[in-house]
Amino acid sequence: MTVPGFVTHDPEMLSLFWIAITTAAFVLGVGCQIRLRGAVWANPVMIAIALVACVLALTGTTFDAYFAAVEPIHFLLGPATVALAIPLAQFIGHVTRSLVSMCLALVAGSVVSVVTGIVLVRALGGDRLVALSMAPKAVTTPIAIAITQQVGGQPSLTAAFAVCGGIVAAVLGEPLLRRLGISDWRAHGLAAGLAGSGIAAAQVARRDPLAAAFAALGIGLNGLVTALLVPVIRMLVP
Amino acid sequence: MVTAFLTLLVFQLLGSAVQARFGLSVPGPVIGMFMLVGFLLARQAMERGARPVVSDDLGRLARGLIAALGLLFVPAGVGVVTQFGVLRTNFVPIAVAIVGSTVLALVVTGAVMHLGTRSRKPRA
Repeated sequence: MTVPGFVTHDPEMLSLFWIAITTAAFVLGVGCQIRLRGAVWANPVMIAIALVACVLALTGTTFDAYFAAVEPIHFLLGPATVALAIPLAQFIGHVTRSLVSMCLALVAGSVVSVVTGIVLVRALGGDRLVALSMAPKAVTTPIAIAITQQVGGQPSLTAAFAVCGGIVAAVLGEPLLRRLGISDWRAHGLAAGLAGSGIAAAQVARRDPLAAAFAALGIGLNGLVTALLVPVIRMLVP
Repeated sequence: MVTAFLTLLVFQLLGSAVQARFGLSVPGPVIGMFMLVGFLLARQAMERGARPVVSDDLGRLARGLIAALGLLFVPAGVGVVTQFGVLRTNFVPIAVAIVGSTVLALVVTGAVMHLGTRSRKPRA
C-alpha cells in the first residue's frame, strides 16, 4: 500500500493527509476508551501512537517524512504548555495554607522520581540515553519532551515512558496510598499529579475536586522542579 | 480568541528569549508558563481581586488546548518506531524503572504531604 502520488507530490497535501490520519487515530483512541468504560490502560495517546505507527509501516513512510508533515500539531505543544499557567494560577491559592508540607512533598517526590528513574535503568544495565530519557518521565509530556531535548535524551522515548508511567500511577495510585493509611485528598491529588501527570490527575479528578486542584498543582510545579533538577543530576549520570 | 492565542505565543517567546539569553536549562515554554502565572498573580494583587483575572477567551483557549494535549504529543510519541532496537535491548531496565520509579514517587509524595498536613482535615 502506498500513499497516492497526488498527496506525496504536494507538501501541503501531505501535511493535510498526515494531520488528518493523526487526528483520526486519536479520535479512535478516545472512542475505544469510552467503549471500555473509561479503562485507564486503554489510553487514547497509546492507541493513537500504535495506529499511526501501523499506517507508517503499511505505507512505507519514514518517521522523518511523517514528522515533517505533522509539524503544525507538534508546534502547538509550546502554546499548550504555556496554557497550563491558567489552571495553575487559579489553584495556587490552595497552596498558601499547606505551603511548607507541599514544598517538601514536591521536592522529595521530584528527586525520588528523577533519581530512581536514572538509577534503576543504569543498575539493570540500561543505556545512558535510556536513563536520560527516563529522568523527566513523571512530568507532563510536553514539559518532559522539552526537558529531554535540553539534556540530550530521546524525546520519543520520553513520550512513551511518560504515558506508561501515567497509566501505572493512575492504576496503582489510590489503592497503594490507601493501603499506607493515607486518606487526605490533598496528598492523593499531589502524588497523582507529580508521579503520573495528566493521566493520573484525570483519574483522581473524577473522585474529588480538592484532589483535582492539588493534582493540577503537582503537574505544574513538578514541571519546574524537574526542569531545574534534571540538568544538575545529568552531570552525575555514569 | 486571537488575542488569547497571541498572549500564549508572546509568553512562549519571552520564555524562550530568557532561556536563550541566559543559557538556562529550563525549557523556554516552561519559563513562559511561569512568567504567565506571575503576570496573572501580579495583576490579581494590583486589582486586589479574590481570584486571578483570566479573560473568557484565554480561559476557553487554555481549556481547549489542555483538553487536546493528548493529540499534541502523538507526533513525538510516534517516534518510538525509530527506537525499537533500544526498546528491545533495554526492555527490563525500562519496565522496572517505569513501574518502580513511579510507585516510589507516588508513595514519597503522598507520605510527605500526609505527614505535613495530618493535623488538619479534609479527609478522603
